[in-house]
Amino acid sequence: MSDGQLVGIVLVSHSAEVAASVAELAKGLAGGGPAVPVAPAGGTEGGGLGTSSELIAAAAASVDRGAGVAVLTDLGSAVLTVKALLAEGDELPEGTHLVDAPFVEGAVAAVVTASTGADLAAVEAAATEAYTYRKV
Amino acid sequence: MLDADFFRRWMTATAASVDREAERLTALDSPIGDADHGSNLQRGFTAVVAVLEKEAPKTPGGVLTLAGRQLISTVGGASGPLYGTLLRRTGKALGDADEVSAEQLAEAFRAGVDAVMTLGGAAPGDKTMIDALVPAVDALDDSFTAARTAAEEGAVATTPLQARKGRASYVGERSIGHQDPGATSAALLVAGLAEAAGE
Repeated sequence: MSDGQLVGIVLVSHSAEVAASVAELAKGLAGGGPAVPVAPAGGTEGGGLGTSSELIAAAAASVDRGAGVAVLTDLGSAVLTVKALLAEGDELPEGTHLVDAPFVEGAVAAVVTASTGADLAAVEAAATEAYTYRKV
Repeated sequence: MLDADFFRRWMTATAASVDREAERLTALDSPIGDADHGSNLQRGFTAVVAVLEKEAPKTPGGVLTLAGRQLISTVGGASGPLYGTLLRRTGKALGDADEVSAEQLAEAFRAGVDAVMTLGGAAPGDKTMIDALVPAVDALDDSFTAARTAAEEGAVATTPLQARKGRASYVGERSIGHQDPGATSAALLVAGLAEAAGE
């Protein structure tokens, strides 16, 4: 299905800065492989804290290469808005999945995995597995 | 029978009461939430009224699905996708009939409330909008006025509860003693229904 295309990653946070910074962090840690399409969708359109369905839809469209789009979110309305958009049917590219993952660790895992050319299921599994990484 | 105009009046009445009560909703959201509920919903329902005027959908289902979409895209907080899903699912359940009966509306509204519970994962007693909506749905079989009363009582009854969903759940026991803002705005939505019916 991917035809050599990379899975796209969308990072949705209540804060524009958090989303953009986590995107930079994940891309930085992915190293020198092929550039994974990663787009932040943070905050409201007015620049405040919150969630914007427009920013999410635009970010998803911008990273869609036909191999699927993995969406990672922080909490609350970010999760609910993505779920509502997915239920809507035509708001997000085909093959867009909300990934159940910790935001920072999951984003790094997703971007690194996507940079290997892995498919959406593998990207999703890697991001979700980040939950099992214990720190103490 | 209820036509598209009835549903437009429902949305307009709700927008007016949200406007009127915005400060109170935000005040309720201050001790346990992030103090944006009133302004978020005000922005959302203002946009709903505007888009309904512009696009003038011809069917009850069309009015509610358009209103729901608009809430999802304009509110910016969790209440956007939650109320958006409520109206959109209710609208979809009404199909494309030109007019619907009160019984059909009650049935469709139940489908909408079920969808909200699935989306947010909240159950009755979690101190959310569900605590106003579920009693309202149950009373909707009797009359719009009964539903309004049930929703208002349900909202007041959230005061002694401890929040188990959303941001308010992080404040734990400190959420006890505050009426839930989401249940309060849900009661405004149900009251709008009674108002649209002239009750």
